[in-house]
Amino acid sequence: MKTDMKTITVRYFAMFREHAGIAEEILSLNATTAHDVFEFTRERHGSTEPNGHCKVAINDQMADWDSPVYDGDTVLLFPPVAGG
Amino acid sequence: MTVIRFCCFLRSQVADVIEVTESPIDTASLQRSLANPAAGGFCAFEGWVRNENEGHVVERLEYEAYEPLVVAEGEKVLAEAKQRFPYLEARCVHRVGLLDLGECAVWIGVASAHRDEAFKACRYIIDQIKVRLPIWKKEHYANGDSGWVNCERCAAHGIAD
Repeated sequence: MKTDMKTITVRYFAMFREHAGIAEEILSLNATTAHDVFEFTRERHGSTEPNGHCKVAINDQMADWDSPVYDGDTVLLFPPVAGG
Repeated sequence: MTVIRFCCFLRSQVADVIEVTESPIDTASLQRSLANPAAGGFCAFEGWVRNENEGHVVERLEYEAYEPLVVAEGEKVLAEAKQRFPYLEARCVHRVGLLDLGECAVWIGVASAHRDEAFKACRYIIDQIKVRLPIWKKEHYANGDSGWVNCERCAAHGIAD
């Protein structure tokens, strides 16, 4: 079986930070895309928020859920936004 | 004379700006900063902290933002607005932290040659800010509860991906 273990820094914001109880953590996980990282953290911290309403950034650039993640990346998980 | 010419050059090159601040928004000075002799119209939108949301009595709001991407994505929004509705200058400021009822949470100002571009650009900018920028709003209710706007609602209603 192919493994794709990477070290990813994950940063949580707003509701995600409150659910996780931390603002940031470094994870070793099997992930190809930003969506894989989201699913991993969702199981880890028990969030039920569907990713369709959330946004993701990789290394301070807005990204898509199917954007690839690479070893050493920082993935920023944004719950539904509500500016204004 | 050289100084005056340099200032005029800066004036014509001024970038449209979006900012995040923890301090109360000084709307009067923001409006003055957009004064432009070529502008025949100015339009501003202010978002205020309201005392109610979906049947809950709201006592205050707490805003959080991820500033690097608020600025990067906000600059894209301003550029899109300028391309669609060519205006002269625009500025936008969003508050973060705890806000009391009636305080200004977001201010957008657009100066343009004619009113149509100012109205339309202002509307475009606030609409895009609300759905695109990494800014979050937590409501603090009169009964002591609090909730992140748009989050629990989506989860509670089981909206699919």
